[in-house]
Amino acid sequence: MQLARVIGDVVTTRKDENLVGIKLLVVQPLTPDHQPVGRPLVAVDAVGAGVGEEVFFVRGKEASFPFYPAEPPVDAGIVGIVDHWDVE
Amino acid sequence: MQIGRVIGTVVSTQKHRTFEGAKLLLVQPLAMDDTPRGAPLLAVDGVGAGVHEKVLIVLEGRAAGEALGRKAAPVDAAIVGIIDTVTISG
Repeated sequence: MQLARVIGDVVTTRKDENLVGIKLLVVQPLTPDHQPVGRPLVAVDAVGAGVGEEVFFVRGKEASFPFYPAEPPVDAGIVGIVDHWDVE
Repeated sequence: MQIGRVIGTVVSTQKHRTFEGAKLLLVQPLAMDDTPRGAPLLAVDGVGAGVHEKVLIVLEGRAAGEALGRKAAPVDAAIVGIIDTVTISG
């Protein structure tokens, strides 16, 4: 899993039937010191995240698990909104 | 998932049986500002996309197989949505 900031959203009308009703957000991965790292990607939202929030997301087929028994065809999903993190 | 643009179609007669009836498209991945990023790739189409359309692509094997509606399909990329808008505001 990785830290990220939600920087945008994606709207699709025509899509896989298992994606209907699922929110798609653009996330920018972050370093532990809150700096952007790597390229933004699109992730499904399993926790009610919104633009501007810091979140953590999971990559892979596992991103579909929060929607079980539905199996949406996704490879990245937001699974937590981060209140804060500390690095020592 | 990544954003891409459909830039072509692929026709293959001799192929693994799980590809029977599947549409194969050439997709150019895009950065969020719509500039091309990386090499074009082949993706199976699960939503009826066409050339020039901006699409949402999943780049993971089992998820791509779900989009195709087949288990254990030897695929690693699928088109799962046609994009109306991408808004970057954060």
